[in-house]
Amino acid sequence: MTEAAQARKPLPIRPFLKIPDDGEPHLEGQKCRSCGEIFLGERIACAKCGSREGFEPVRLSNRGTLYVYSIVHRSFPGVEVPYVSAVVDLEGGGTLKGNLIDVEPDPDKIQMGMPVEVVFRVAPRKDAEGNEYLTWYFRPRSD
Amino acid sequence: MSDVYVMGIDMIKFGRFPERTVPQLGAEAALLALDDAGLDIRQMEAFYCGNLLQASAMVGQRILQEIGQTGIPVINCANACATGATAFREAWAAIRAGLYDLCLVVGVEQMGKAGLLGGGGGGRGIPTEGLLGSGLMPAVFAEAGMEHARKYGTTFEQFAKVSVKNHHHSTMNPKAMYQIETPLETVMNAEMIAYPNTKLMCSVNVDGAAAAVLASERKARELGMGRAVRVSASVLTSDPYTDRDLVMPDVNTCTRQAAKRAYEMAGVGPEDLDLVELHDCFATAEILHYENLGLCAEGEAGKLIDEGETALGGRIPVNVSGGLLSKGHPLGATGVANVYEVATHLRGEAGRRQVEGARVGLTHVIGLGSACGIHILERVAS
Repeated sequence: MTEAAQARKPLPIRPFLKIPDDGEPHLEGQKCRSCGEIFLGERIACAKCGSREGFEPVRLSNRGTLYVYSIVHRSFPGVEVPYVSAVVDLEGGGTLKGNLIDVEPDPDKIQMGMPVEVVFRVAPRKDAEGNEYLTWYFRPRSD
Repeated sequence: MSDVYVMGIDMIKFGRFPERTVPQLGAEAALLALDDAGLDIRQMEAFYCGNLLQASAMVGQRILQEIGQTGIPVINCANACATGATAFREAWAAIRAGLYDLCLVVGVEQMGKAGLLGGGGGGRGIPTEGLLGSGLMPAVFAEAGMEHARKYGTTFEQFAKVSVKNHHHSTMNPKAMYQIETPLETVMNAEMIAYPNTKLMCSVNVDGAAAAVLASERKARELGMGRAVRVSASVLTSDPYTDRDLVMPDVNTCTRQAAKRAYEMAGVGPEDLDLVELHDCFATAEILHYENLGLCAEGEAGKLIDEGETALGGRIPVNVSGGLLSKGHPLGATGVANVYEVATHLRGEAGRRQVEGARVGLTHVIGLGSACGIHILERVAS
């Protein structure tokens, strides 16, 4: 890793993961000013209603429920398997895909609809310049 | 506007042909279809060529270099796994509009051992496969299946039964990649790729080509309608925006919209169909499409497979060719090969797997991203 890379804080794995200097990392959605649909990432006009009135940034919840999942046993070389690929509906709007952790990769141990939370951690991969990336994971929550 | 008829159609046996080129595979299918129609490349007025993985390589023109460069317009098209159906539909549209009386369609693909498809995109940064879930096709379609399981309690075993059925069908199809009986235990105990899809519940990457000759009604009458098959509906849709669209490709809504339009166009309903070739890229997908195409009521797809209704001899046989799961899935060829299968039954020429008395059939493909192509075909001879 270069010294410059070392001095930098982790980069967001996606542009809609915000890492403020003075606050907690969080996900930011773009809410259509016309129909209210929430998107992850910026776009020119609304994919749902076609409106060009623009979007309002909104902070997304770290709480949600598991919509569906798959347990992935074969992936690209170098990808650690098995892991749980999950689709999560966030409270208040927004749907996100990511790895579900802290559960056994066993269909009997995973319930669709179960409450989960979004947690942020440094990813176990760096880019060619040695930069670290902050990513999100889902894990079960009990509250 | 003119009705459109399939006058000739055929496919090569799907398999792995690393020593051959894409144009050679396509040319072979083109000649088979021309021979089936009793026609010659010099009579074709336009050529619609579907191929995905060499989309920038002028595959259609290279096919004509193999079989006759007559100077006709060549339209190369790519539309993910709906590529072949899109080429077929474009030829249909041109004839219907009165531009041509005779068109050649080819769908061709050389997959090699393509391995896992998907997972692209993302651009800068680090690879996200296995970090932000999976973008690979087995997991994407596993998650789509789990949505059905969530709603209706569909089981791993029910999904697996799709693969047992389609592998059984392919034992009667000499042009399928495999002709191997594959019992339920074998399917369920095969290597798990992405739960609930095991290796035997994933379509087979194969090389293949299929081709068709389409004609206007005027030309079809002139040539003789004996073995002609009427294209009574051709529909293409893209995916409208739906909930979770950002992270879950929606193969359901575009299929439902296409099916509705196709039934209206053909003036038939799902109850009128004698057979269906649908896009079983994964076993989970076939279950979804039973309901998407209206073959059963909402939530009853699991029951449909349990009761054998979609097997040959059942109420509505699905994928009697062996489907993508066992016949194989050469992306750009699939949408034309499906039409070949249905047309062959309507002509009463499907041999051991013949659906007796078939008069109306439907073909369906999905290109993820997404495109849905549906064709309804009808027997002309009484």
